[in-house]
Amino acid sequence: MKMKKKTLSNLITYAIVILAFVLCQWLIASGRMTRSLKGQMVPICVYVVMAVSLNLVVGISGELSLGHAGFMSVGAFAGVIASAWMAGAFAMENELLRLLLAMVVGGVVAGVAGVLIGIPVLRLRGDYLAIVTLAFGEIIRNVLNCLYFSLEGSRLHVSFNNPNLPGTILVNGPNGAKDVAKIATFPVGFALILFTLFVVLNLINSRSGRAIMASRDNRIAAEAMGINVTKYKMMAFVTSAVLAGMAGALYGLNFSTITAAKFKFDTSILVLVFVVLGGIGNIRGSIIAAALLTVLPELLRAFNDYRMLIYAIVLILVMLATNNPTIRGLFTRLVPQKHSGTEIVEAKGGAEE
Amino acid sequence: MSESIKRRSATKMVPAPSHGIIPERDLLSTPVLEARHLGIEFGGLKAVEDFNLIIGKTEIAGLIGPNGAGKTTVFNLLTKVYQPTMGTIMVNGRDTAGMNTVQANKLGIARTFQNIRLFDNMTVEDNVRIGLHNQIRYGMFTGILRMPGYWKQERQQHLKALELLSLFDMQDVANVRAGSLPYGAQRRLEIVRALATNPSLLLLDEPAAGMNPHETEELMNNIIKIRDQFQIAILLIEHDMNLVMGICEGICVLNYGKIIAKGTAEEVQNNPVVIEAYLGKKKEG
Amino acid sequence: MVSFLRFLINGISLGSVYAVIALGYTMVYGIAKMLNFAHGDVIMVGAYISYCAMQYMGLPPIVSVLAAMVVCTALGVIIEGLAYRPLRQAASLSVLITAIGVSYFLQNVALLIWGSNPKNFNSVFSVGAIRLFGGELVITSETMLTIAANIVIMIALTLFTGRTKMGKAMRAVSEDKGAAELMGINVNRTISMTFAIGSALAAIAGVLLCSAYPTLQPTTGSMPGIKAFTAAVFGGIGSIPGAMIGGLLLGVIEILGKAYISTELGDALVFAMLIIVLLFKPAGLMGKPMREKV
Repeated sequence: MKMKKKTLSNLITYAIVILAFVLCQWLIASGRMTRSLKGQMVPICVYVVMAVSLNLVVGISGELSLGHAGFMSVGAFAGVIASAWMAGAFAMENELLRLLLAMVVGGVVAGVAGVLIGIPVLRLRGDYLAIVTLAFGEIIRNVLNCLYFSLEGSRLHVSFNNPNLPGTILVNGPNGAKDVAKIATFPVGFALILFTLFVVLNLINSRSGRAIMASRDNRIAAEAMGINVTKYKMMAFVTSAVLAGMAGALYGLNFSTITAAKFKFDTSILVLVFVVLGGIGNIRGSIIAAALLTVLPELLRAFNDYRMLIYAIVLILVMLATNNPTIRGLFTRLVPQKHSGTEIVEAKGGAEE
Repeated sequence: MSESIKRRSATKMVPAPSHGIIPERDLLSTPVLEARHLGIEFGGLKAVEDFNLIIGKTEIAGLIGPNGAGKTTVFNLLTKVYQPTMGTIMVNGRDTAGMNTVQANKLGIARTFQNIRLFDNMTVEDNVRIGLHNQIRYGMFTGILRMPGYWKQERQQHLKALELLSLFDMQDVANVRAGSLPYGAQRRLEIVRALATNPSLLLLDEPAAGMNPHETEELMNNIIKIRDQFQIAILLIEHDMNLVMGICEGICVLNYGKIIAKGTAEEVQNNPVVIEAYLGKKKEG
Repeated sequence: MVSFLRFLINGISLGSVYAVIALGYTMVYGIAKMLNFAHGDVIMVGAYISYCAMQYMGLPPIVSVLAAMVVCTALGVIIEGLAYRPLRQAASLSVLITAIGVSYFLQNVALLIWGSNPKNFNSVFSVGAIRLFGGELVITSETMLTIAANIVIMIALTLFTGRTKMGKAMRAVSEDKGAAELMGINVNRTISMTFAIGSALAAIAGVLLCSAYPTLQPTTGSMPGIKAFTAAVFGGIGSIPGAMIGGLLLGVIEILGKAYISTELGDALVFAMLIIVLLFKPAGLMGKPMREKV
């Protein structure tokens, strides 16, 4: 009975994504979609993947990460470099293959960064953990600003703080990467969303996923039940970093220039807004919120000045509403017996522990 | 077996840790728990001092004492939530020095909490499945890729969880959110969840708190049933003297972090030190 | 050697600003047990108010500082009452997200009012400077005033929390909200008061910060805010002398790091410090460790 309910809910999520893709493809094919909106298709996919992967950390694992854009930037630069290297060193013409491999590289590099950052970060709790993820996000951006890459024949050169490299410059410190081959496509973005959903939803409904959620709900009880809390928090954190890295690679290969400044703290907050608005722990909500909030400003240009202001108000109001006993009571009566991942999680304050 | 007897007689050289609480049927097997000279200090304050206790393989033991005596601290020491500053803890003959809570659980200690600690946002069944985490296992990728092992183990876990829940007739609420259960049912679920970790020693921290006499009666029967069915030892902290005196074979009385008496229910009840510290008031009331 | 001294003095000057901001953080965190992410943006508002008072209304500098303090105090109390008070029982995740929302709200309102073009903030203080080593080492009046203000504020706060009734109430609330309430302390009013003091300090910090670094933008407060939080954690969150020592150390580390290691990596160094401190001394230099009750 319960299995059916969960499976049904997941199938609806997949169905929504597939239908939306088919609809968009039809709009594009029939010429009904404006050029600017068409240009938003890949970023929408990227932000959906970012939101779903951040929700794995914030909603399912219960830790507030404020540096998610950092993993995206690592993936973006790794992907852009990998793509240029494959094209330059192996004369790889097939753009689709290059894109997919670049995304794999982006995911792996971001995953490694996730492990390196996760080891210190996950020893902390609550507010302190959040602040340290923010710190790492900023450190990544600072370090990327000092990195230089160039391609000489099939050789890749790297340097720290030294712009004088032989061959063609790929990444030029704070000026980022220029003349990137724009090989990202909407269908691949759609495939990445499906992949992300497959990984995240299947993870949640498995032994590991339950251990992640148990660690979130009550750390001490989880440990007393023999669950290695750090291991499972790490699992969620690194999986999320890998997915963000893949999204980053797709994003990087969608524009001709890419700089580390594009992945500021604001980007992390933007993705957090998607997660909060879609419902913390609610995967389907993240998808819808990310897609709508990426498209809306495109449609309502006039509203652009107020965009971040409205997001800020939304963040505050959603938090006030979800923590208001009256509103919560009303909500639980309307939607009885929600799936285990969908409730606002209770995280204990860092200072208490 | 003979080895364990030898080891126990060797311990007689130090001040005797136990005064025959172990029931006769357990004498020949390794004790589940052997705590010796256990103690912990919090910033100079000795919360527990020179705590000695041996619990037999299938014994039901009680840990009682006035509020603030250090009972829950003893539980936290045994489960390694706190690292003892003095003494040793042996579980099934193995020293737990340097272990953490997770390892202590794997060694066979499971517990419930005084202030209930369920996974509130998960279902009742999933709470029990967390207890089964280390019994029925498969890896992350088996889960994500839904390999045949996933379906088989999930099925196994499901059936096992329902079987355990049926101990307390809770299989009907398996899909209910744990946080929305009534208080008594939450306490019972905590016991089921702890049992699911396949312990050899079950620590119950005030299992009857907040229960009415009828529920307490049922709980007493269930504790004995669990012991008989699973052949495990149970150590419980409880303020309900009917429960403690009714089912505990050995009782240990703690006051100000020190053991002031040990023995059977009758011995403890007639001990003048205990009466003065604790039971005296209870008897008058 | 002279250049080292110059960096050191710049570091102490910047550190003094961090210290004043950190004092606000540490009080709020110590008493309300929440990370007021918007604290840095209250600094920015304070600087804008002072700027407007001087620029458009032609008020004398001291009056402009007082105006900034009044506005920020009101702002702090309003933010606490509207956004944070309803979340007093909520999970820390929700409170932090709300605080981030407030931070973005303030930044974007400032953006709408004052625009994104940086304003050139005229120093509030125009006394002379001390010149040493034949004019090679200049200690500006801003530096001296910042350091002096920092010391005065620290002494005043220590006396306030130690001697006055409200200060004692704050310490009681910080230890145990429930018990304080039972002792007849109005917890809500005490927390409001804490926000009022913290925000008034933020206004002063804003003026000091912009006197030393005269570009004023809606995002001016966010980085110093985060760094000052680092300073507060460094010194031991909740500790008044800790905030001061943490702030000074951090300012010196940042300036020396930028001078001798890498300009690009100056911020990264500060954040690396934060991570190291949290990992090895999570209670900070002068804080006391806390343990969770099981």
